[in-house]
Amino acid sequence: MTLMMLGPAFKWFIFIGAAALSVFASIMMVTRRSPIHSALWLIVAFFSLAVIYLTLGAQFIAVAQVIVYAGAIMMLIIFVIMLIHLEMEMKESGKFSAAKTIGAFVAILFFIEVAAAVISYRLGAERVVPPQGLPTLQGSDVKAIGSLLYGQYLFPFEIASILLLVGIVGAVVLAKRVKG
Amino acid sequence: MIPDIPYNFYLLLSGVLFTIGAIGVVTRRSAIIVFMCIELMLNGVNLAFIASGTFLGSLDGVIFVFFIMTVAAAEAAIGLAIFVLIFRLKGTVHLDEINLLKG
Repeated sequence: MTLMMLGPAFKWFIFIGAAALSVFASIMMVTRRSPIHSALWLIVAFFSLAVIYLTLGAQFIAVAQVIVYAGAIMMLIIFVIMLIHLEMEMKESGKFSAAKTIGAFVAILFFIEVAAAVISYRLGAERVVPPQGLPTLQGSDVKAIGSLLYGQYLFPFEIASILLLVGIVGAVVLAKRVKG
Repeated sequence: MIPDIPYNFYLLLSGVLFTIGAIGVVTRRSAIIVFMCIELMLNGVNLAFIASGTFLGSLDGVIFVFFIMTVAAAEAAIGLAIFVLIFRLKGTVHLDEINLLKG
């Protein structure tokens, strides 16, 4: 909530800085030759996205972003990059093939569609005020998130825990060296 | 008086991140980099969810992102285990070399 109480000029400053940094880091991530450099730039992008979540007042997700994405998932990726020596991948051909060009063109077409939809859609800058009697729901309200997770969304929450368990067991089974 | 940051800016940023990720998926040929680009696309979607949830005064966006993060974590564990397996089998994770199912 603290960031919400600060002046809008400061919020704009933080938002523009974090947005520019995240776009720059993503572009660097896509264009770097070495996978380890890509991974490090991706960590920068995840951190700046966490800052953008803070400007939206979603503290819980910002912290989860840093812990889960920048911490756990990137650690896994960097371990695997070090495990698999990627020297062959380093000299990935920089030449343009037809498939790459067409693929990138289609992706940019997709972005133009998204941008057209966003520009034509006007919600307005002001937040929707919930009706009287209901509490104001903010992403920072961890207590409300917890009661939602253990109340309305209890079943998906349990399914998610089973999914994580299956993921752990599956990763161990897959990566186990076969005897003989 | 400076206005608040509009909703559309967040959606545009989300679209930009998603597009950069998609371009990376179709142009890079190393499986690990493609995987990282997919994570970036997931993050773009997460940003759209959070922004929508905040501007609509609802917590459902946060809940959705929570589940997306869970699935992404499981996906990372399984996907990277599969990369290790493929590397043991073929000695490379270059996507053009992985064509066992081509027949």
